[in-house]
Amino acid sequence: MDKVRRVISVIVANEAQVLARVSGLFAGRGYNIDSLTVAPIPGSNFSHMTIVTRGNRRVIEQIVKQLHKLIPTYKVIEHEEMVEKEMVLIKFSIESPIAEIQALCQAYNGSIVNAGPDMFIAMAADEAGRIAHFIEAVERYHPMEIVRSGVVAMER
Amino acid sequence: MKMSGAQMVCEAIIAEGVKTVFGYPGGAIMNVYDEIYKQNAFRHILTRHEQAAVHAADGYARATGEVGVAMVTSGPGFTNAVTGLATAYMDSIPLVVISGQVPLSLIGTDGFQEIDAVGISRPCTKHNYLVRSLEDLPRILKEAFYIARSGRPGPVLVDIPKDITGEMGEFHYPNKVDLPTYKPRYKGNDRQIKKAVEAIVNAKKPLLYIGGGAVLSDAYELIRELANVGQIPAVETLMARGVMGAENPLFIGMLGMHGSYAANMAMSETDLIISLGARFDDRVTGKLSEFARYADIIHIDIDPANIGKLVDVDYPIVGDVKTVVEKMLSMLREKVDPDRYQVWREILARYDELHPLLYNDCDDVIKPQWVIERIGELVGEEAIITSDVGQHQMWAAQFYPFDRPRQWINSGGLGTMGFGFPAALGAKMGHPEKTVINITGDGSILMNVQELVTAAENELPVINVILNNHFLGMVRQWQTFFYDKRYSETDLSYQPNWKMLAEACGGVGYDVTTKEEFDTALKSAIEGGKVTFINVAVDRFENVLPMVPAGGALYNMLLEHKDQCDG
Repeated sequence: MDKVRRVISVIVANEAQVLARVSGLFAGRGYNIDSLTVAPIPGSNFSHMTIVTRGNRRVIEQIVKQLHKLIPTYKVIEHEEMVEKEMVLIKFSIESPIAEIQALCQAYNGSIVNAGPDMFIAMAADEAGRIAHFIEAVERYHPMEIVRSGVVAMER
Repeated sequence: MKMSGAQMVCEAIIAEGVKTVFGYPGGAIMNVYDEIYKQNAFRHILTRHEQAAVHAADGYARATGEVGVAMVTSGPGFTNAVTGLATAYMDSIPLVVISGQVPLSLIGTDGFQEIDAVGISRPCTKHNYLVRSLEDLPRILKEAFYIARSGRPGPVLVDIPKDITGEMGEFHYPNKVDLPTYKPRYKGNDRQIKKAVEAIVNAKKPLLYIGGGAVLSDAYELIRELANVGQIPAVETLMARGVMGAENPLFIGMLGMHGSYAANMAMSETDLIISLGARFDDRVTGKLSEFARYADIIHIDIDPANIGKLVDVDYPIVGDVKTVVEKMLSMLREKVDPDRYQVWREILARYDELHPLLYNDCDDVIKPQWVIERIGELVGEEAIITSDVGQHQMWAAQFYPFDRPRQWINSGGLGTMGFGFPAALGAKMGHPEKTVINITGDGSILMNVQELVTAAENELPVINVILNNHFLGMVRQWQTFFYDKRYSETDLSYQPNWKMLAEACGGVGYDVTTKEEFDTALKSAIEGGKVTFINVAVDRFENVLPMVPAGGALYNMLLEHKDQCDG
């Protein structure tokens, strides 16, 4: 069976241990995590986790069911029609061609967000695949540091 | 009412109707033990090891269908309990285990007897809690019992820091739980059930595949009726032994690695599997790509994650076995034609004639299978049989005439040696009127042998029948078949004096080498009313057969008992 990439949202009670329960489930059952993000849902007692994973059909089905089986899990959404965004922060030396990098940033929903005496930081927010392209594109400017946020997604 | 956290624990136990708690005190749980001392609403059984306390609570739960409760202290008390939690988790047994923890202020400081109990137990509990404030304690205890017994049952750990059990607070035990994230489904989808019934009506070779879920849901009467109404043959997993009843002509046998020829062939040739609370475990299916190649599958399970986990399912039904079978029966009754499956039943009868479940009995040395059959003849459906893990377990499952569920108690999923004796103590506490026999081996029994003291002290006359082959028998069997007879570390020739060992702890021991001696010993043990070891010298090299080699196809079984009397 072919492996596919899946973005899964998990709505969980915002309580102690819940992240450990989810990440432990993936570790214990040998599932992949490409990225995992979590933050509270405003105005509720729940948190929203977005997990990007990979596996064949049976594995993905098990992931969804096993996530659902956790007692604090309220809802599991296997995304199909979604808006998916990831953010990346990239630090460059101040010597780098800032105008070129800024132009690239704009193509990927981004901008220069900070600058200091020795460096400046560029940001882009886009689909995970496009973020990968962006990182590729700026590689020739020898970035000093790259931080990706992981994916967040919302069903349309 | 104002009371301490420790009192709240006791009040919750009482409110849940628990009559027996198994446990072992220690520093972090002492506040609770102080309250146990002051009350007499429930009994506390002091085991001599925390693992045994959890197994005993487990045996109690399996025998009675109620939630078993165990209590341990922090650190090593808890880690000793982990095997018990994992055993219960794998077999979906409802337990609430309460562990002490170091005070809140010490958590995370590597304090004395501190260990991350919720971290360790996360993968082997249905759910667990670290209580962080006294205010949460009543709710958490209520939820723990509810979660343990509802849906697919399982063990729940409640880890309570010592300062919380010592603190005073207001106690209101909730009447019901409010868990918006946890809603187990009991009723199956009617449309799916209807489709499944159609499939049964149209099948030529349907087969009931009965698992441990049938026992947990107390569905045996309805399942027997389902089989009877359609005259549908049935196979049982290790965990379901007894559901169909010993004399039921529709019962084909236990299936799986040590299943009967007819049962494994039935599974290999059926055109419709009706799975009732079974989970297609690897010890049942053998090589998956060769498993039940001609069958459509109806899979009834309360846990959706079991459905489609290992095999593709044609008729998934999420629900409680009992509730779903009841619905199925109401639809099936008028539609099904039992004659339709006549040829199928005849085929299976032929398979059973071809290779019945047999052993070569012998006068020179006792065959282990004979011991099982003999116990069955002498105490039959009356007794509760527990077992440890290994050859004796398989022989018990194969040869004991189990006639009702909850009569057979064993660690099927985790395969925990040392389970049988403490589980027998728990079963005896749950059913004091019944004879409780632990069928064990000379390997397994030593892995909780300290419970002789518990049994003697509490006058729990559990009978341990040790099928003694001076080997770690099942591993030895694999070494014979697959490791060219290199018996690495499986020869247990150096043995304790079993009779003296039992006597030293306040029990009774018998050394048995002949059939007559066995009869006498068992009868004396039943009448004697004391915890007993019956040490039976059995054929050293007897193998459990049939056997499907691990990873092999279910229909390829090693069948013949070639070894003759060599005693």
